[in-house]
Amino acid sequence: MKDNRPILKITLLALALIMPGLAAAKVHEYQLDNGLKILVKEDHRAPVVVSQVWYKVGSSYEHDGITGVSHALEHMMFKGTQKHAPGEFSRIISENGGNENAFTGSDYTAYFQTMEKSRLKISFELEADRMRSLTLPKEEFLKEIEVVKEERRWRTEDNPQSYAYEISMATAFQTSPYRFPVIGWMQDLDQMTIEDLSAWYQKWYAPNNATLVVVGDVVADEVFALAKEYFGSLPAGEPITMKVLNEVDQIGAKRVKVKRPAELPYLMMSYKTPVVEAGSEEGDDWNREPYALEVLAGIIDGGNSARLASRMVRGSEVASAADAGYRMASRLDNLFMFSGTPAKGKSVHDLEVAFRKEILDLQNHPVTEAELQRVKAQVVSSDVYEKDSVFYQAMTLGTLETIGLSWRLADKYVERVKSVTAEQVMEVAKKYLVDDRLTIAELDPLPMDKAAKRPPAGGMGHVR
Amino acid sequence: MYDKSISKKASGFLFSLLLFVSWSVQASPKIETWKTSKGTEVYYVHAPELPMVDMEIVFDAGGSRNGDLPGLAALTNGLLSQGAGGLDADAISNGFESLGAIYGSDAGYDYSSVSLRTLTDEPLLAKAIENLKLVFSKPDFPKDALERRRARTLIGLKAKQQSPGAIAQDAFMKAVYQSHPYASPNDGTEKSITVIKREDIINFYKNYYVASNAMIVIVGAVDQKQAKQIAEDLTSELAQGKKAEPLEKVKDLEKADTIFIEHPSAQTHILVGQPGLMRGDPDYFPLYVGNHVLGGGGMVSRLFEEIREKRGLSYSAYSYFSPMRFNGPFLASLQTRSDQVDEALSVLVENIKQFIETGPTEEELIAAKKNITGGYALRVDSNSKILNYVVVIAYYGLPLNYLDTFNANVEAVTIDQIKDAFKRRLTPDKLITVMVGSSEEKQEEP
Repeated sequence: MKDNRPILKITLLALALIMPGLAAAKVHEYQLDNGLKILVKEDHRAPVVVSQVWYKVGSSYEHDGITGVSHALEHMMFKGTQKHAPGEFSRIISENGGNENAFTGSDYTAYFQTMEKSRLKISFELEADRMRSLTLPKEEFLKEIEVVKEERRWRTEDNPQSYAYEISMATAFQTSPYRFPVIGWMQDLDQMTIEDLSAWYQKWYAPNNATLVVVGDVVADEVFALAKEYFGSLPAGEPITMKVLNEVDQIGAKRVKVKRPAELPYLMMSYKTPVVEAGSEEGDDWNREPYALEVLAGIIDGGNSARLASRMVRGSEVASAADAGYRMASRLDNLFMFSGTPAKGKSVHDLEVAFRKEILDLQNHPVTEAELQRVKAQVVSSDVYEKDSVFYQAMTLGTLETIGLSWRLADKYVERVKSVTAEQVMEVAKKYLVDDRLTIAELDPLPMDKAAKRPPAGGMGHVR
Repeated sequence: MYDKSISKKASGFLFSLLLFVSWSVQASPKIETWKTSKGTEVYYVHAPELPMVDMEIVFDAGGSRNGDLPGLAALTNGLLSQGAGGLDADAISNGFESLGAIYGSDAGYDYSSVSLRTLTDEPLLAKAIENLKLVFSKPDFPKDALERRRARTLIGLKAKQQSPGAIAQDAFMKAVYQSHPYASPNDGTEKSITVIKREDIINFYKNYYVASNAMIVIVGAVDQKQAKQIAEDLTSELAQGKKAEPLEKVKDLEKADTIFIEHPSAQTHILVGQPGLMRGDPDYFPLYVGNHVLGGGGMVSRLFEEIREKRGLSYSAYSYFSPMRFNGPFLASLQTRSDQVDEALSVLVENIKQFIETGPTEEELIAAKKNITGGYALRVDSNSKILNYVVVIAYYGLPLNYLDTFNANVEAVTIDQIKDAFKRRLTPDKLITVMVGSSEEKQEEP
């Protein structure tokens, strides 16, 4: 490590020099009278534009019995409005050379089109239309819910690691809705009705619960005028009051074993951690902890020179794969997760011991200056690399805004991460990577013999 | 990045204004080429907007050259960064990461490559390039690194065995390509990975990671003079060597075959196909545009409509031609609950057959062309996408104006050409069908 120090000093100097030249492109913010928020970022590198409509709804807004309803509704958003027949949305976008799709997460449901810049109004016309005028035909729903179940089989039932992840989340969270899988439990999908979707649509799909994000070769004021023309006349929805569904304090480690036909064991160790607070984008009174946890994640898994690769995949060779991930931005408190597959001849127990050893090290010794500088250099460069994608830039703004933070945090990220000290990293390791916050989930492989069958999740079986 | 003719002496404001105007006229990236003093071909696109550069060094050293040791190309490629010039894997990766640079490596069937994304500010750029050069010019292939990678690859092969999709993909390639190198999985087999020796890797490296067998693609905020120096520098320590030998072509299938592999999954994965087309194929555009209608057009294709929209049988339903050096696969695929396999397979095959017979309707052809040509700007809207295209153009020897003429080539395709090309290139009575799933699932759940 010592040898690297002079290089790193020069590196930092160079990074400091380029920062002023890279003034962040300005984000323009507007709001229509009906409550629709509009964020526009001009990027004139190529004659394209990405348009995304983000709704503040997702699986963390759901409750038992209707899990997966946000995602199922996302599928039905392509199935027709009073003006456009089922499938027409996609046909129109396609004929205009567009790429489109949608995605649902625990905190959001979003729809996007990427188009040549002159076609933005086509996307606006169609998105505005389906914001309030979806028809939700029952015969379409009956087919589409089967598609969703196939999606669940493909993503979860037939993927042992995804299946174990689902159970890990459901075990870690007791009262937080993050215990629900985004795609929903199979038994809820089996019993889902078009009425469930209709009620969900009426409740959440309204301009005052949405954010329109546009990034690309556009002029911000023109985008705003166009948005006003298409979205301006939509009526606002009823204001929604949400019940608070915070996670209760955990009072001891949890452990769960997932037995499933598989070839390889898999281990997940998840610690409850805080996230960036709403309203923290200005001033000096913001919580340093999420940024310290972010740096901690970079120290141990920010590349092939980071600790997990260097010490566990190489070094002791206890792991075939070892990863760490921290969700610093979400609506509710989330997890810091270690996961991995033991190397041949090593057990899940060996892997757990190795992860714990790394955690102890983080709690008892400050990370080195070289490691800190490496993480900071990566954060600075990523900030440049991310500008190579208009889609990614729009994703960042949309996510922050929709989870209840502010897009302004995107501009603060680099500077705040750069301010993190080795002591702060040690402190969050001591405070949060502790057993009382821990859930350990282990995939325990059952033989993959021909007779073995994966039982369907959710207990009810398929309705045929 | 789109028009080099504009004088760089123009003031910043004027420069950007002119650049803006130039887009509507000329939307394609301008590719410049030359050779280094060692004869390595260089392909360069100037993209000055962001202070970063991407580069990829491509070697004609893909899995097709594995001989009887599947996985050799991938293992060699992966080991480059695990020890070079006396530095160990920690020092090499830290050499990139402490600069904020990203190193990548990839081994496909046709070629293998190493890549670098870095900021262009000095000394970051120079240091990252120095490190990259070391990795592919002076690899040590340390014994312990080989054993570690071997063990990791074997675990990776096991992981594939718990994925019905991965099992199906390997079985499909094996059935379609039989004795051709494309038949073997790129990541190898348990047997081959176990027996590969360090000597095999060193020989593979010596034969194929040489200046005469390499190409360099550079896209980013370096000017032409810098790019020339970078390319020169990158190849300076490479052995001259010689170009790799030609390989055998893909043979047409002699008969149809159906392969069922038992797996304890809820869904059965169905893959149907044949050898398809190659890069630079004279039938490329009719087949590409035709397939867009059949199963390539995302959420509006015939397969998507018939399988997902009308019947709710599968989450994904698609077909593609994957052009390679030799005829890469034509593949149509879906995944469905195992008790409805018969229905899904029959809808899939019937639609392929019908399309070969009758081609697209006039309306479908127009819609496909509108999507492809209207979306052209999206194909080249970032440095990383441009890099990917230029690598393909360089490696497969496509014309430098491939992107400029792309839309015109698409527009020129007729229904008759599509019908003719599909009839000549696909043979419905010789289709390979692979299914991976549980035959027991066909019974009702208890």
